[in-house]
This record gives sequence, structure tokens and C-alpha cells, in this order.
Amino acid sequence: MVQRIDQDLRRFRKIIRGIVKKELKKYMTTGELLGKKGKDVVSIPIQQIEIPTFKYETRKLGGVGQGDGEGGTPIGSGEGEEGVGGAGNIPGQHILEVDISIDELAQIMGEELELPNVHPKNKHSIVTEKDRYSTISRTGPETLRHFRRTFREALKRQIASGTYNIHNPIVVPVKEDKRYRSWRVVKQPETNAVIIYIMDVSGSMGDEQKQIVRIESFWIDTWLKHQYQGIETKYVIHDAAASIVDEHTFFHTRESGGTRISSAYDLCAKLIEEEYSPVDWNIYVFHFSDGDNWGGGDTQTCIEIMQERLFPHVNLFCYGQVASPYGSGAFINDLKQAFPETENLILSGISGREEIYKSIKEFLGKGR
Amino acid sequence: MSKKSLDKLIKQMEAYARGYGLDFYPVIFEMVDFEQMNEVASYGGFPVRYPHWRFGMQYRYMEKSYTYGLHKIYEMVINNNPCYAYLLDSNNLVDQKLVIAHVYAHCDFFKNNSYFNNTNKKMVDEMANHGMRIHKYASKYGFEAVEDFLDTCFSIENLIDPNAIFDVHLHPEDVDGDILEEEDRTVPKLKSKTYMEPYINPPEYLKKRRDEREEARRRKKQFPARPEKDVMMFLIDFAPLPNWKRDILSMIREESYYFAPQAQTRIMNEGWAVYWHSKILTEKALTDSELIDYADHHSGTLGVRPGVINPYKLGLELFKDIEYRWDTGRFGKEYEECDDLQEKSSWNLNTGEGREKIFQVRKIYNDMMFIDDFMTEEFCREHKLFTYRLNPKTNRYEIEDRSVEKIKERLLFNLTNLGHPYISVVDANYDNRGELYLKHRFDGVELRIDYAKATLENIFKVWNRPVHVQTVIGENIAILSYDGSNHRERTVSKENAA
Repeated sequence: MVQRIDQDLRRFRKIIRGIVKKELKKYMTTGELLGKKGKDVVSIPIQQIEIPTFKYETRKLGGVGQGDGEGGTPIGSGEGEEGVGGAGNIPGQHILEVDISIDELAQIMGEELELPNVHPKNKHSIVTEKDRYSTISRTGPETLRHFRRTFREALKRQIASGTYNIHNPIVVPVKEDKRYRSWRVVKQPETNAVIIYIMDVSGSMGDEQKQIVRIESFWIDTWLKHQYQGIETKYVIHDAAASIVDEHTFFHTRESGGTRISSAYDLCAKLIEEEYSPVDWNIYVFHFSDGDNWGGGDTQTCIEIMQERLFPHVNLFCYGQVASPYGSGAFINDLKQAFPETENLILSGISGREEIYKSIKEFLGKGR
Repeated sequence: MSKKSLDKLIKQMEAYARGYGLDFYPVIFEMVDFEQMNEVASYGGFPVRYPHWRFGMQYRYMEKSYTYGLHKIYEMVINNNPCYAYLLDSNNLVDQKLVIAHVYAHCDFFKNNSYFNNTNKKMVDEMANHGMRIHKYASKYGFEAVEDFLDTCFSIENLIDPNAIFDVHLHPEDVDGDILEEEDRTVPKLKSKTYMEPYINPPEYLKKRRDEREEARRRKKQFPARPEKDVMMFLIDFAPLPNWKRDILSMIREESYYFAPQAQTRIMNEGWAVYWHSKILTEKALTDSELIDYADHHSGTLGVRPGVINPYKLGLELFKDIEYRWDTGRFGKEYEECDDLQEKSSWNLNTGEGREKIFQVRKIYNDMMFIDDFMTEEFCREHKLFTYRLNPKTNRYEIEDRSVEKIKERLLFNLTNLGHPYISVVDANYDNRGELYLKHRFDGVELRIDYAKATLENIFKVWNRPVHVQTVIGENIAILSYDGSNHRERTVSKENAA
């Protein structure tokens, strides 16, 4: 039987793509897709598509069941607003998880947000050569001898020459039989972009603010991963002092201290200077904070660091200011004043989840 | 399992089935793996069907739930002559025995139940033809256009008249054809002298006659003359469609009618199959060592969850109850009228007509009649049936009632018109503007409005003129309309409603 269904599956995928595109804004604001991400695919829960027909209002349609219980005994919860689940012999609305590759998601995202493709700073992507032991050769050091291949060759030769005795199966390899593992040089596109996320983890950044950062970073990752062959991600957190952490710590740390943004910028600049030479790397810095920086000239220090040590090197420096009930939120205005016309600085105020969509568009809309 | 031993098994099971009096068309068994099974199931049993994304979705859904271990299809049977049956090749021997017996019982049901009399017994070929034609249209008019129109057809595929399966095309006109031609609108009077006039031609009578004639005249002018339940047929006959679309619509209608009897007899059909697989296996086919596996599988088939009717279970228990009652003579006037509970509970006339009765029931009943006739108070009590409904305050489904009347009423409601709202065309020249006016016969449950609106949009695509549906929302009679760009909703008084 030929898999006829493949064609229908393809059509279905196309429709799913359309739905994801339509619902992208919703996914972006609710963060529904976080934690659904595998290595190459994202599972997106969508409602099973139903072709409309004249049908009864399910909620008003009771049913017949079987089992114990007095009148009034609850047997199942009703449908939520979205129409999920539901008991009874009425089939509930099914949620279908469809897998979409991250690449495809990024494509959809690009189409929907009208994002331009990124123009890498360095036209050439860096290629490294790497040895892969994937072939066999006739010569080589004894340490790399391939035992099974060698044995097989010897066996073949002995059978062919008639010296193989089935009752006394001794196989002795000679020099010609020997096979060695050998390598081949593979060219690998080198990781050539790095995203440095900086987040303010001072007391005034609450859970909601962090969730917003998380959602933003999910989509930024998705987009940039689609644009670059290999990509590295670094996470920096800061309150009054800054440190480099892993992803989990990044999203789960909460400090109570104050905020000194310059500490993070300083660390970030150091990181770039030491590890990511701007000649070889496309560098993206995303900084999220509630904009409540310490006084005492720290903002001035920040501006200096940015001017001298960051802007010359990075493709893009994005500052997202997440509104919080505590912060004064002056930082974004200070930056605006300090850099009215800096090309690779993007400032975006995010007052709530609804604005994630907008700010991602701002961040990635320049195609740098 | 090797082909040879499977063939042997099939032969043996067939002999057992025939031994019990089951009667079926030849059955062709095919072994498939789970991917193929899911594929066949996605196509509703017809792997030769036309392409449509809906099948792809179905497949994706089944594939996922199979992977998560949520469901597994052991077999599929197609109502056709010969019957086609698909067996899952990973079934173990006991499962295979069970499903083969199960399949034979289904085939017996397809062949003998009267609701299947008019189904196309060469449906596999017919479906292949449909597939061919749709492929042809797709290459001529574009895949997108064809698929789009299929979406539209699926949106109205439930607007058929399942009760017309015995007689789809009969529409007698009983309006006197002359009435319309008559120019003279006066009602003929009997001759009378003036002073006798009020007695011989009473004015009330004349008025009544006049009104009758007016009504007949009005109805005759109305089109269709009587409400048409088979909306699909009406559209095929009268909607301004290009021929290829008309053809596709007819194909989908034909498929709807083909599948309708299966929906009308689901409880009976499954009950019948379970009854026979358990009979054949426990009395004939099982070896001692297979008993536990069989019991495990069988009980899985019959499992119930609160709030869900399992058609396998309900059907089986009803058949068993009928057999028992007709074996012991617990039916008829004498038994019904006996009010001595003691006597009633030990009632046994040794009539022994049980087997004969269930064969008769499988021949002439459908689910509605089956439940209406045979579901007794004792049965409901024994099987702990209840009705439930949504409590809007808690947003939970709650048990409502355990009386047999309520249970039957609810079950029958859910089976009436295959569980779809009852909708007919009442006027195809509404407002004298060629607009289509549909009416939802309100039986206590409202339509889902968002779906109704979307469906109207689809009907508009077929009818090409504004479409309306009259229904009930809350306390009011409402008309939903769609004119190609806008939706309108208005309430009308009883007098102005159709």
C-alpha cells in the first residue's frame, strides 16, 4: 500500500502553518510555546480544526451516562471558554499537538512580523576544518587498526585461496589484510554569532517581568538561530554586581539588591573583548531591565561603556525596558537622550505582555 | 503469524460463525501494520478515497494518540460485497481470533439489517470512482479550488434526510394542480333562493373554503411546495453550480447516505459483534491458556467511565437482556401487567425464543427503535444509567435523573437525525428575491451560533444568493442571515416565522 496519506498530511501541514501564522500574536503574548521546544522542533498545541456544520450548542446538550451517584453528583467539568475537554458521549474538542521545525516557525515569524533577513556583519561565515574518522584505509598506525574489517579481509582471502578449514577455523591476517580507521577532513561552519542576554535581577523585577523576558528571548533565539548557522548564547545577570550564568540560573535568580547597570555592561564588554572578537563574530546584546538604575553617575558610566566598548563591536544592542510597579524607568529616556542617532541601538519599552509582539518587531525589524 | 496459519484460523472462525447461523458476504481479510491501519481509518475505511486535508489531520491525530498509547485500532470492517476487513498484524493470536469473530458478526449485520438494504454494496469501487473524478477535476480546475469546494460540501454533509434511506426520491404532490390555473377566485356556491342563502351557503363555510384555497394557492406558489429535509439534494437540483461542483456535491451526498445507516445502528452493530465474539470464543475457539488474555481484551472493550455511554457495552447488554427475556417469556401483556414483584422476578415460561428474537431484532431495528422498545426500567436500574447535564453555576456536568423515561428521552434525542439538528429548506424564493430560507426545527436545544454562521457562509457559496436560517435563541425566534459580506441576526414574531 502506498502511503497516500502523505499528500493529505502535507496539505494539513500547510493549513497548520496558516493557523500558526494567524495565532502567532497569541503565542507570543501567552508564552504557550515555552517548554515545548525540543532540539529542532516546537510542539504547538492547536485545536483540532473542525469544518463548521449546523450543530447543537454542546453545553446545552446533556447526555446519558453509567455509574454510581446521586442526582447532582459531578461527573466531569464543563468546557472552558476555549471549549476544551468535556464529558459525555459528545466528543470533546481535541487538542492536537503539531510539531513544527524551529526553522519553519522562524519563517512564519519572519513573514508575519515582516522581518528583514539579517545581514551579517562579516560576509564570509567562518569555516573550520575538522577531522572525522569515517573511512577505512590500508595503511595506518596499529592503534587505529579496525579489527573486524581486518578479520573479514583475512577470512575472505583464506576462503578464496582455499586455506580456510571449516573444522579448524583459524584466521591469521597478513599485512595486506590489515585495515585502519582513517579520517576525512570535514568543513564545518563555525559558530559565528553570539547572543548575550543581560537581565536585571534586582528586587524590582518581578515574576511577570521575567516571564516577559523569557518569552522575548524565546522568539529572539528562534529568529536568530534561523538566520545563523551556529549560534552561541551567553547569559549575564546583574543587580549591583554582574555575573555570567547558565540559562536556568538566568531565569530563576532573584536578588534583592539594587541596580548598577554599568557592572553588567562592563562584564559584557569584557566578554566580547576576551572571547568574541568582533572580526569573527556577529554579536547581539539584549538587555532587559525595569530601568531603575542607581544614581551617583552610574548611568553616565553605562553610556561611556556603550559608546566606547560596545557599539563599535556589536551588530545590535537592544535595550528592552519592562515596566514594573517599582522602577522609575528613567534609564530608557537617558539612553534616548544620550544616543539620539546611534544605528545599532534599539530601545523598546514593554509595558506588558501585549507589547512583546511590538518590541520583537522593533528589535529584529532592522535586519542587522 | 504466517499467512498459512492465518488462513486456517480464518476458515475455522468462519465455520464457527456460520454454525451459529450468522450469514454474511465473503470477507476479505488484509493484514496491515499500525501505520496502514491508521491510514485506512483516517479515510473512513476507504484507502482509495479522494485527497483532502481532513484525512491528513485525522491521521496525524491517530498517529499521536497511538504513539502515546491512548488508542489502538484492532480491526476495521467495510460494508461492501465482498466485505473488506483490516486486521492489525501486531495482534497476538487471541486478539486475532477475537477480532475475526467480531468482524464476521459485523458483516452479518451489514448484510441483514434492513437499514443497510439500500447501501451500495460496491462502495469500494464507487469510492475509487469518486477519487478518480475528483482527481480529474483537481487537475482541470486546480487543486485549491477543488479542496475549497470539498470543505464547503463537508460543511453541509449532515443536511440529509436519514429517514429517507428507503426512498430517497419520492416526493408526492398532493396539491390540486388546477387550483393555480383557476382564474376565478370565487368559491362556487350552491344554488339557493335568497332567503335560504345563509343556510345553504353559510358565510363561515364560504370563508373557510376561501382561506383554504388561498393557502393552497400560496403553497403552490411557494417553492419548495413542502419543506425539504434533504438540503443537499435540493442544492444539487436547484443551486446555480457548474457541473463539476454539482458532481462533487452529489458524491459527498452519496457518501453521507452510505455512512448514515452505520450511525443509525452503531449501538446495535457493536453490541451484536461483541455478543458474537464472546459467544464464539468462549464456547468454541478459545484454548485454556488463552482465557486470561481474552478476558483482558474483552473487558477492555466493555469498560465504562462515568458519564460516557459505551456503545459496545450498552448494545451487548441490551441484546443479552432481550435474549434472556424472550427465553423466559418476560414480555407481553401478562408480564407487563403483573404487579407482584415476587412473581415477576421469578417469572419463567421457558419460552426459549431468545436466540430467534435477537436475530429478528438485528434484522428490522435501528438504534432508536432498539432503545425505545427494549430498554426497561429494570435494565436502567441494573446498569446504573443516568442522565446528566451541565450545571452552569459550577460549570460541571452533574447527574440529573435516573428515571427510565428521562434516560430514554435523552438517548433518543441524541440519536434523532443522527444527533444533528433538524434543518430543512422551507423557501427558496424568500422575499421573492431568490433567497434561501432554512428552518431549524427547534427541539429544546439551541444551535451553536458561531458554527451556524460559518455554515451559512458555506451555503452561500453554493446558493450564490443570501441565505437565512430560522432558529430559536433564548426565548425568541431568530433569523440568522448572510448576504455574502455581512451577517445579520434578528428576532421575529411567531406570526412572521415560517
